[in-house]
Parts: sequence; structure tokens; C-alpha cells
Amino acid sequence: MAGSKLREISTGLIVPVVAILIWQAFSSFGWVNPLVLPSPLAVVRKWFEYLAPTEAYAGGNWLMWLVSGELIRDTMGSMYRVVTGFVVGAGLALPLGLSMGSSQRVYAWLNPLVQVLRPIPPIAYIPLSILWFGLGNPPAIFLIAIGAFFPVLINTIAGVRHVDGIYLRAARNLGASQRTMFMRVMLPAAVPYILSGVRIGIGTAFIVVIVSEMIAVNNGLGFRILEAREYFWSDKIIAGMISIGMLGLAIDLGVTRLNNHLLRWHRGLEN
Amino acid sequence: MTTNGTTAHISIRGVNKIFQTSDREVVALKDIDLEIENGQFVCLLGPSGCGKSTLLNAVAGFSLPTSGTITTDGKIVTQPGPDRGMVFQEYALFPWMTVEQNVGFGLEIKGMPKAEIMPRVMSLLATLGLTDFRSRFPKDLSGGMRQRVAIARVLALDSPILLMDEPFGALDALTRRNLQDELLRIWSELKKTIIFVTHSIEEAIYLADRIVVMTYRPGTVKRDITVDLPRLRDPAAPEFNALKRELGQLVMEEQQRHHNDELRMAAID
Repeated sequence: MAGSKLREISTGLIVPVVAILIWQAFSSFGWVNPLVLPSPLAVVRKWFEYLAPTEAYAGGNWLMWLVSGELIRDTMGSMYRVVTGFVVGAGLALPLGLSMGSSQRVYAWLNPLVQVLRPIPPIAYIPLSILWFGLGNPPAIFLIAIGAFFPVLINTIAGVRHVDGIYLRAARNLGASQRTMFMRVMLPAAVPYILSGVRIGIGTAFIVVIVSEMIAVNNGLGFRILEAREYFWSDKIIAGMISIGMLGLAIDLGVTRLNNHLLRWHRGLEN
Repeated sequence: MTTNGTTAHISIRGVNKIFQTSDREVVALKDIDLEIENGQFVCLLGPSGCGKSTLLNAVAGFSLPTSGTITTDGKIVTQPGPDRGMVFQEYALFPWMTVEQNVGFGLEIKGMPKAEIMPRVMSLLATLGLTDFRSRFPKDLSGGMRQRVAIARVLALDSPILLMDEPFGALDALTRRNLQDELLRIWSELKKTIIFVTHSIEEAIYLADRIVVMTYRPGTVKRDITVDLPRLRDPAAPEFNALKRELGQLVMEEQQRHHNDELRMAAID
């Protein structure tokens, strides 16, 4: 098993490695302008520079100094906005989705409004968010919350509405009260739907954070790559993009692991 | 056993059930009268569409009769309740709960203290041979094991009445016989009143004190037969086969009506 895993990884590495070698060759032979496309080595060098602390160690807390680099501060800034925005958006969407899913009346009242607002991309709220919240974290968190809100809302509604009737019958037969029915049957039965909404919501939040940092905030990974463009630091742009990609991958892996843990009872898991 | 084996009398009087669809009405049950004694094991037998599940759901309180009354120990059935434990063909276990959580859920709902639930659940799991599976989720169990859990779950309620809707219909023949024997063992210990819906003639003869054969649409009682063969019954015995032949004829008549009706409906469409 370990051998086949190893072979799988090495097979997967072939294409990226060849692509990087070709890219490096283009740069080494001087076929492309390094301002347009820097060499992979230059990007890697820049990435480590970006990661490293900006000032020499001058005493004090060693760990604080180690994480004082630009990349780490940018990552923490972006993560702060993603997490805060997501918690606000999902935190509002979850109770609303549960009530819309379980009550036909609430659904009839609110669904038309939801359907009208849902197709508006979160990016389209940018002008309004700046008008309302100015610059800095507040408009960014507002935009991210909107990005996370709708996927979680829609999936929560669907999850509650699609609870298999057989579970409700079984619970009624056991004598479950309305409250028990909701908390112990409908809610857990809807969890697979809700979690897939969470996963989409986090993905949207991550897209929106990069965009909002390009417009309203002056730190974070999105801000940094736009700033690098102004100075023609193409190596830093690419180093920043790679960091964004790795962070996105890490978030998605984290959410997937959480899902697998919460849904260990569920059929049809990939892992 | 932790259950004390209370039973109840079920009385079904003048029950009609009419389903209204957009373009027509279907009379699912017509003038059903049945008195089921304490501790009796009754099978409702018939082809699909004969209303046997409808009748069971009416007794369970999921879908009340259009007219007529159903009483258990003199109390009119108005809603589902833990005094009439139901076992579904689809098991209906809660997939997010482990085996022991599923079995204990009814007791939790009753408000039994946690400390009392555990020993009771463990004893039921032991009775049904589920002890080693107690921390598993339903998805990791075979169909037969799942149905054992579902049976343990209703036994935990200690309801005097068990309602079983083709509980072994989805199981292979060997597992099915195994669970039939297990059910007979539990029933002979606890003497619960059981209504068991099936379309298997052999299953009905193997299990029941009394077999009620139902007609296809409208569902009425076609024949009410008492089975007095000694248990455990031998499906190869001549008496068993004589009964099987007799019931087979009755059921096939209704099956033929079902089939003709389907052909007629297809012709209309």
C-alpha cells in the first residue's frame, strides 16, 4: 500500500516538475523578459524573503520576531477577515436557514427576497460596503459575510426540507416532542447538507477576502500582490499567488477533515 | 429480560380509509372489523395495494381512518405513540446515532435518567446479540443487524403492541429465518400483541397465530384464519403445505385483480 501511495505521489509530480523545468529554461536562456515572467528560482528566493522577518533579531521574544515577516502578517490578516466574516455570515445564515427550512410560513415570507438577493455577486456590494463602512476591516468582513451567507443559507434550507420522512415517523413513534424532533432528528439529518454549504461558503469567503483586500484594506495577501504590481515586482506577485493557493488548499483540507469527522456516520464518504 | 411483557387488546371497528388524489379517490380500506386479543400474533397478508400497510399505519396513528375507530385497551388511537412500537421495512435507524444511542433514544425521550438507560440498553443489546456492535453506526451493519437494532429500539419502549411493516422483506432467506426465530423467541417470552404485515405466505404461516388475508382495492378482510400448528413450525410438514396451498390460492386471486387493475390503468393513460 505504501509503495502504491509513493508511486501515486511521484506520478503526480512529473507534470509540475517538467513544467517548472521548461519555465526555468525559458528564463535561463533569456527568452522571456524577467519583468513579465521571472524565473522559478527568483520566485522561490522572493518567497523566502517575503516569509523572513523584515528586521534583524534585536532581542525580545524570539518567536514574535520569527513570525514578524510580511507573509505571516499578511496571512494572519487575511485569515482573521475570512474567519470573522465567515462566522458572521454563517452565524446569521444557520438559524435563518433552519427556520426557513422547518416553517412553511417563514419560507413563504422570506424566500422571494432571498431569491432576489442571492444572484447578486458579493463583489457587487463593494461600492456600498465602502460607502457604509469606509475602509479597513469592516467593509471586508461585510463582503466576506455576504459571500458566506448565501451558500450556508441555501444548503441549510435544503437540508431541513429534505429530511427523510422515515426518520420523522420513527421519532414520532418513539414519542418525540417537537423540540426533540428538531434538535435530535431534523438538525443532525440536515448536517451533511449544511456542511457542504459551509465548504462552499468558506471557498467564497476566501475569494472575496482577496478581492476586498485589493480595494479596501492595506494589508493581507490580496493587498500585497496588488502592491507588488505597482513596483513591477512580478516575482513577488507570483510568490504571493502561490501563498494564496497554499492557504486556500490548507483551509479546504481543514474543512474536509472536519467534515469527515462530523460525518463519520454518513454513507458515501470519499475517505 | 428487563421488559415486563405487558400486552394489549386491539379493536378495529368499521374502519374505512379513503385517499383523495387530484383526479380520483381510492378506497384503501373498507369496513374493516378486527378484534385482536392480548398477546396474539396476527399477520396481515395480501398483495401490494391491498391496504395492509395502510391498516398498520392507522393502528400506529400515522394516518388515521376516514371513518371508524381503532382502540387499544379501550383508548382511541389519535396519534403515534410509544405504546405501539413500530418496526419499519427500511429499518429507519437514525444514521447519526450509534447502535446504543438508537436503542436508548426512546428511553431518553421518555425522560428516563441516563444511569438507568445504560443497563437497560445493554441488556437489550445482549438479548439481540448486538453487544459487540454497540458503538457502531448503522452504515457499518448488515441489513439483518440493522433490523435487530430496530427491534431492540422498540423493545426498549416496553410497548405492549408491536407493529411490524414487512420488517424482514429486504433480507436474504437465511437472515430472514434467523430473525423470524428470534422474533418468535422474544414474543413467547414477552407475549406482546403483534401485528405483522407481510406478502410472504410462508412467513405468515411460520409466525402467526392468526392470518388475515386482505383483498385488493378496496382493502377488506377476505379470510381470517387461525393457525394452530405447534411451534417451531416445519415449513416442509404436510399441514404447513396444505395451508400454504390454500392461502396461495386466496392471495393469487387478489394478485390477479391487482394485475388486471394495472393493465386497465395503463390502458386509460
